[in-house]
Amino acid sequence: MHDDHDKPHDPRLERIRAWLSQARFFAEEVYSSRYRGAIARARRDEDDLFMLLVFSEMMGVPNPAAYYTLELQPLLLERFHDWHKRMGMERSPLDHFKCC
Amino acid sequence: MSAIVLLILGLGGMAAGYFLYSRFIATKIYRLDPDFKTPAHEYEDGVDFVPTNRFILWGHHFTSVAGAAPIVGPAIAVIWGWLPAFLWVVLGTIFFAGVHDFGAIWASVRNKAKSVGALTGDVVGKRARSIFMIVIFLVLLMVNAVFAVVIAGLMMNFSTAVVPVWGAILVALIIGQLIYRRILSLPVVSILGVIALYVLIFIGPAVPVQMPAEVGGLSGNAVWILILFGYAAIASLLPVWVLLQPRDYINGLQLFIGLIVLYGSILFLNPTLVAPAINPDVPAGTPSMIPLLFVTIACGAISGFHGLVSSGTTSKQLNKETDARFVGYFGAVGEGMLALAAILAATAGFATFADWQAMYTAFGQGGVNAFVEGGAYMIHNGLGLNEVTAATLLTVMAALFAGTTMDTGLRLQRYIFQEWGEIYNQPWMKKNAPATLLAVGSCLLLAFGAGGADGTGGMIIWPLFGTTNQLLAGLTLLVITVMLVRLRRPMWYTLVPLCFLLVMTIAALLIQLRAFFEQGNYFLLFLDIVVLIAAILVAMECASALKRSREEMAEQQE
Repeated sequence: MHDDHDKPHDPRLERIRAWLSQARFFAEEVYSSRYRGAIARARRDEDDLFMLLVFSEMMGVPNPAAYYTLELQPLLLERFHDWHKRMGMERSPLDHFKCC
Repeated sequence: MSAIVLLILGLGGMAAGYFLYSRFIATKIYRLDPDFKTPAHEYEDGVDFVPTNRFILWGHHFTSVAGAAPIVGPAIAVIWGWLPAFLWVVLGTIFFAGVHDFGAIWASVRNKAKSVGALTGDVVGKRARSIFMIVIFLVLLMVNAVFAVVIAGLMMNFSTAVVPVWGAILVALIIGQLIYRRILSLPVVSILGVIALYVLIFIGPAVPVQMPAEVGGLSGNAVWILILFGYAAIASLLPVWVLLQPRDYINGLQLFIGLIVLYGSILFLNPTLVAPAINPDVPAGTPSMIPLLFVTIACGAISGFHGLVSSGTTSKQLNKETDARFVGYFGAVGEGMLALAAILAATAGFATFADWQAMYTAFGQGGVNAFVEGGAYMIHNGLGLNEVTAATLLTVMAALFAGTTMDTGLRLQRYIFQEWGEIYNQPWMKKNAPATLLAVGSCLLLAFGAGGADGTGGMIIWPLFGTTNQLLAGLTLLVITVMLVRLRRPMWYTLVPLCFLLVMTIAALLIQLRAFFEQGNYFLLFLDIVVLIAAILVAMECASALKRSREEMAEQQE
């Protein structure tokens, strides 16, 4: 492959490249627009399971990987509120861990 | 008559519908506002609510609504001659389907992008919502049963298409992985996918797979139906990105290629319509054209299923309210074009009138087979492609559409069973596998109950499917009409189609009721009565909802 960074830009090549990237954007939108919601929900379900794993020790479920998941808790704190709401719990299920 | 003349008349009519009638509807009736903040902007979340370019949204909408139904319906209905089918498709697209699809998007966008089902509950009433759920369930049941019968028939008649149709599933699986794991970019994958599909279509005729007429006491047709439901059950349980999404994408590409090939072959060949304009001697047992024509062609003229798509995903992605006209109305025009191609293939794609008559020996015969054979004849003579390959191409197109619809349909049916499990507190029913089994079981019951043990007679339910689909469209039109009454705008543009649909649907159901009784087909008699009750309930709901809203308006004025 040639590295054409140093070469002067050929306007025709630029146009083709712009057109191609536009085509790619359109194709990707067409591919994903119909199923974006379904896939995002499936992904959220997976993430929810992960949340349960990370906070399981605090809820009294023994977790052999607790030592490692503890490190992740601050990172997932932002999502904690949405998660417990989604799981049907109005308030934080953890006594020593109030969030709302 | 020359097919090109009919083609130009049809396309011209639909173009006039888009440029003149839809503009009138958009400015005077729905009064679209370019500054209205659509739900896609108001609730933008990058998941469901995403403002989308109108061309992309049109592509998404059109490929979601276009399927095998606008091919099968018109191809059956030409038994009465090409003129009635042609008029109903063109006028139906202009005055019924366009207004309905466009209106469903508008109604949903003006109500926080709610689905038509939810809107029926809000705008019309709770009772109407329950009817709506029952009608949807019936539509799904029939569409799955009838499409299984359609694909099974195609697999039996066109053995050269078996390898490409099932091979396409493999191609879709691979494409899904390539895209999901970001191994190749989408344009490259698209080109490779289409090439792979066409390679399969070209090698199909060399490796025909013919199911024996009898397999272990079952007819070959029945075996295909069982295999298809087995496939659909598994496919509907997979995550959407594994199979459904790439399949849908290839189908979309295939739809555009197929339309171009079909229209191109008509332009090059300029065939003559061998079928009569109005068939004077229809085969014995063919029901009366009025009202049956209006339920035989549902998709392609007006289809309630479109309202579900319009208000389900399309309305959540609409960038500007004024885009609704292009996406909704022009989407219906796209579907009308597909139906028009089906009519032309099934009436002009035969060498002589006798050939055509040999295809249409009884009501329900011909159909998609006539579309494939007629289309192949035109492609062969117009574009010079080998006739067997052309037939394989069209069979693959129809079978892939029908197959994807089965996948989606079973998924939706499963959701309904799961919802019932939730409502009636049956935890077992909420699980995926039992709910899918229930869905498959009910569809199989219909496919075999209607058509006998060999499953070949399942096409009898096609008009019944049409009636249920029209009822769904009627409910959507009712929602739009009530909204218009409340906004003090002219309601005739949606009320007249609504009344026409209800009258034709109920008349068709009564005629079929008598036919099923005379044939002693008590299974379908029962089903007909169920749909008839739903239809009468819908009609009464329409009357009461409109009366109520008019009274409300009158009171406000005093």
